[in-house]
Amino acid sequence: MRVALPRAGVSILLVLVAVGVAAVVLNLAGFDVARVGDAAWRGAFGSTSAIVSATLKRATPLALLGIAVAVAFRAGVLNIGADGQFLAGATASVAATLFLADFPPPVVLCGGLLAGIAGGASWAALAAWLRTRFAVPEVVSTLLLNFVAANLVGYLVRGPLQEPTHSYPQSAVLPAAGRLPQLVVGERLHLGFVFAVVACVAAAWIFDRTAAGFRARAVGLNARAAESAGGVSANHVRTLALIISGGIAGVAGFGEANGVTYALYEGLSPGYGYTAIAVALLGGLRPAGVGAAAVFFGALGAGADAVQRDAGVPAEMASVVAALVILGLLMLPAGHRLVGEEGAR
Amino acid sequence: MSGLPSDLVDAAIRAATPIGLAAIGELIVERSGVLNIGIEGAMCLAALASFIAASAAGPSAGLAAGAITGVIVTGLFALVVVRFRAQQVLAGTAISMLALGLSATLNHALYSTTLETPHVATLPALRIPGLAAIPVIGPAFAQPFPTYLFYGAGLGVAWFLYRTIGGLSLRAAGEDPGALRTVGKRPAAIQTAAIMASGLFAGLGGATLVVAQAGTFTDNMSAGRGFIAIAVVALGRWTPAGVILGSLLFGIASSLQFVVQASGTTIPYNLALATPYVLTLLALALLGGSRAAPASLGRSLDAPG
Repeated sequence: MRVALPRAGVSILLVLVAVGVAAVVLNLAGFDVARVGDAAWRGAFGSTSAIVSATLKRATPLALLGIAVAVAFRAGVLNIGADGQFLAGATASVAATLFLADFPPPVVLCGGLLAGIAGGASWAALAAWLRTRFAVPEVVSTLLLNFVAANLVGYLVRGPLQEPTHSYPQSAVLPAAGRLPQLVVGERLHLGFVFAVVACVAAAWIFDRTAAGFRARAVGLNARAAESAGGVSANHVRTLALIISGGIAGVAGFGEANGVTYALYEGLSPGYGYTAIAVALLGGLRPAGVGAAAVFFGALGAGADAVQRDAGVPAEMASVVAALVILGLLMLPAGHRLVGEEGAR
Repeated sequence: MSGLPSDLVDAAIRAATPIGLAAIGELIVERSGVLNIGIEGAMCLAALASFIAASAAGPSAGLAAGAITGVIVTGLFALVVVRFRAQQVLAGTAISMLALGLSATLNHALYSTTLETPHVATLPALRIPGLAAIPVIGPAFAQPFPTYLFYGAGLGVAWFLYRTIGGLSLRAAGEDPGALRTVGKRPAAIQTAAIMASGLFAGLGGATLVVAQAGTFTDNMSAGRGFIAIAVVALGRWTPAGVILGSLLFGIASSLQFVVQASGTTIPYNLALATPYVLTLLALALLGGSRAAPASLGRSLDAPG
């Protein structure tokens, strides 16, 4: 059960191959590849606005979710429920923001952030509890909880959290006090981007410089050795890693709801939680690499949106590229032991 | 859809079939020691292929095209997982992303210019004389071919797993591939064959959605049924009888959505949609999680061959 943690050069080569394969598929499907490529490039990098308001804005949740996935994977927990934890975080943030609407902006924003962390962490804690108490594997529980979360959001935006006129399946629009400030005037990049950068730096520091990070990596590398030689409780470490992973995913949900959409609605996540797996692996589960991979997938998503508008290619094509990247990485000669034997089930 | 008991039986049986077919395939592959999450994507791409073939050559061709597509998609999974010994859950997730994205792209490329949603003819209901006339449960015996295929495959797989040397080898690959190798068998070859079988059944399940039920294709048509099939296998304690019962439980849970809609009660639709997933988690917890799983499930083989 090993995965390769690629070097930067290998990652770039793999990305080029994946994009190339996608181009061949598009060509076979009868699209004008040159036009698609041109539209994608302009959508992702064509102007300052494209870079800031499209690529970096989209990279923000992907970086946070990529870090969330990397934290879990490093500790040997296969958390494929980042999507559900993201939605749980966004839901809690929106509820808290609306509840605190009359307070000064810092109070509203801090309340929203804390609620987001709590929402994502508790959704992950549910999976952790199901494993420790009932031996339900995380792979199954986190996956199923994604669907529960998506349907719960669908219920809430038609029920308790629906906007006051009860006409649309979405929450009330967040008050100005609950909106994350923009980093560049007139552009859509918000303070959440800073959170993503901070998360990358903090995760790097925790993994490389602290005892807790060392214990997590030890459990991920060889749980039995960590327990017998290091006196570490693998179960405890895995539970904590999964809950922290969920909390980080919750921050991503907060950033998206309070920084981009200003409301909760179904389809808030176009599969961010799944793309995040590609982000984490392409980044070699290392925070700096995850940040770089998030910018790539942010650009890919921004480009795919532009292509859907301009050339009529469905934006889902971006997930084909993400999938090819994951498959390519998994086929590399593996060095890093990803998940302990019992963790895979 | 009214709320008559016989309509509910019909709805439950119909909802159980695509999930059940996929779950039979997943049962085979998991007993060989491989967890194939890619069946969700295989189902969806197979549904599209089935729709294309059915519009050209009829619903039977659609069923065949679905099965073939399922095998092709999981063939890629087999290459990555058996030949390159990739982490199975991640490879399966990627295969699903790949096939779902491809089906959306191809659907758009092929049908975006048509104004109205194209439809294909669906397979007729085959009434079993006598049984189909029984009150209430009669509709269970007036179903299209894939439904009977599902129950027949359940019986066939039970016979194969427990009464043949091939089935014994397959179960051994899932419990202790090393021991299997010492008696001169090749676990890698067995797992490759089992993965292909899971693709075949997932493809049949995806095709069933088109040629036995909807008569058309929509993006993300599988809608999580492949993932539910994986849960059904765990729910059924990795046995054919358990898989059939688990699929029926899901069918009943889904048909209750119609009761909710028909009766106009206050249970919101989205909560009803979440019910099957919550039920699975509850059932998994109460039945003891993965303790009945094949001992080697999800692990890559130590050595090629």
